[in-house]
Amino acid sequence: FMRQLFKDYEVRQYVVQVVFSVTFAFSCTMFELIIFEILGALSSSSRYFHWKLNLYVILLVLIFVVPFYIGYFVVSNIRLLQKQRLLFACMVWFTFMYFFWKLGDPFPILSPKHGILSIEQLISRVGVIGVTLMALLSGFGAVNCPYTYMSYFLRNVTDSDILALERRLLQTMDMIVSKKKRIAMTRRQMFQRGEDQNKQTRFWEMIKSVTSTQTGSENLSQIQQEVDALEELSRQLFLETVDLHATKERIEYSKTFQGKYFNFLGYFFSIYCVWKIFMVVFLHVLFSFLSQVKFWSQHISFILVGIIIVTSIRGLLITLTKFFYAISSSKSSNVIVLVLAQIMGMYFVSSVLLMRMSMPLEYRSIVTEVLGELQFNFYHRWFDVIFLVSALSSILFLYLAHKQAPEKHMAL
Amino acid sequence: MATLDRVKILVLGDSGVGKSSLVHLLCQNQVLGNPSWTVGCSVDVRIHDYKEGTPDEKTFYIELWDVGGSVGSASSIKSTRAVFYNSVNGIVLVHDLTNKKSSQNLYRWTLEAIYKDSSPTGIIVSNGEYDREQFVENPLPLLLIGTKFDQIPENKRNEVLTRTAFLSEDFNAEEINLDCTNPKYLAAGTTNAVKLSRFYDKVIEKRYFTKDPSQMAGFTDRKRFNFKSLHYD
Repeated sequence: FMRQLFKDYEVRQYVVQVVFSVTFAFSCTMFELIIFEILGALSSSSRYFHWKLNLYVILLVLIFVVPFYIGYFVVSNIRLLQKQRLLFACMVWFTFMYFFWKLGDPFPILSPKHGILSIEQLISRVGVIGVTLMALLSGFGAVNCPYTYMSYFLRNVTDSDILALERRLLQTMDMIVSKKKRIAMTRRQMFQRGEDQNKQTRFWEMIKSVTSTQTGSENLSQIQQEVDALEELSRQLFLETVDLHATKERIEYSKTFQGKYFNFLGYFFSIYCVWKIFMVVFLHVLFSFLSQVKFWSQHISFILVGIIIVTSIRGLLITLTKFFYAISSSKSSNVIVLVLAQIMGMYFVSSVLLMRMSMPLEYRSIVTEVLGELQFNFYHRWFDVIFLVSALSSILFLYLAHKQAPEKHMAL
Repeated sequence: MATLDRVKILVLGDSGVGKSSLVHLLCQNQVLGNPSWTVGCSVDVRIHDYKEGTPDEKTFYIELWDVGGSVGSASSIKSTRAVFYNSVNGIVLVHDLTNKKSSQNLYRWTLEAIYKDSSPTGIIVSNGEYDREQFVENPLPLLLIGTKFDQIPENKRNEVLTRTAFLSEDFNAEEINLDCTNPKYLAAGTTNAVKLSRFYDKVIEKRYFTKDPSQMAGFTDRKRFNFKSLHYD
């Protein structure tokens, strides 16, 4: 996986790589621990110890190391501040810590017994951010998943559409080119006329050349504006063409056997996501009914936990890889890797917290013991709220986008 | 007002190596103040006097097409980029002297530009092993430009220069190392400027005049190092 991420770009700073891999490794260990927890594989005291160790390291990395490096690299990218890199990085880091604290205040998390730098407080804050993030991502994912996989939504793109669009793109480029040629030619003529002007000393000739150069420069600025507009248009056309190509490829892909398999999976996932949304809604309503089905729900919740783990990891990795390719460049690759590490760490920590929700009571004991007294119910509610909000908004967004696209094509 | 003839030169290279700054420098003779990502393709035009100073002098438009993106892009982006590769008369390969991978990606760029419809990943290249024969029969003139020359500390300059010398041997191309934020590298009269204008002349000749090797303006035969046995990885 690391190979794939770094295939095209040099991440020269080995520290970055180390940080990333450390985060990843510890997150995975945490998941393993949960699974061991449920299965009762190791003795309970060693489990306890491992939990503590894991948590300390992860929190340390997440809160201190990563933001510092992010600040450092972001600042080094801005050319102006190259000299005082370290100073600015520290400043950025302090700002981050300040906001971090501030986040905790409006939420009912603090209990008066604990000190400032205790584990619980740190976890609580990380948890808040992570939960928000997770809810956003999963809400969006739940809606995006069926949208992407189901071929029902794929618009029909024919080859002639693509060709027509490409022709438009090339025409625009040609117009840009011809306008630029005019500019270059005019400039060259002005330059030459300027040279001629130096040779002559007649007064009236100078006046004539001045007026002609003036109209020349007015012309120039007008043409330059046209060129700018055309360039903007060409960029949009390019992006549209890329979209069309991508859709066409998806259509072709869906016709193959693998595509059909994924299509089926997509139906399955969409049903699952829809069910999840409904479950969230119902949980609030049918709170009292849950106690009756406790026995049956144990096994279901165990399976669910497993599925959730697998799919969320997979989904996360895939999204991260795509994201990484989409916005990477040699300048900011360090920053991106660090940001990814941070997001990943927070994601994992908060998913641990959230998994408590799905696990029945006996298993929760050790988790509660390790993590101290946190208001877990708050997290559940918070997660559900954000999840609903993001799911609804992404449905709305996708609907709008879907409606807009065929209109655009009609207009063409 | 395209009353003059034109040649089309592609400017290829990884994302962020400085193609847009380079093109801006070449065409406007000014340093680009605010470089930003190139989406799609940006074109700039330069007027060049072919065979300047001789009675055969003729003026041409040279279009520099600066195509954005990276070799690892999604195939939909690649197929869209292929639109720009039609009727190309010359290629300028840009790589970053501070980033080795960008020079290694140049092989894939060349293949993508020359074989427009095949995906480059199928053909080569994990570590520089490739078929030089493909480039021998390649009719397009190539120019290799290394950017960010100023960012290399003095002690490392030699190894960087040797490495790029190998590169230019592989491509059978001239090479120029410069810094896009400093116009003095391309000031009239420097070796770089001479190489550039010779490259333009070569492209124009290939396009408009019949190919006759004896007539072509002679490039100074670069001293072939005796490092043929040493192939870099």
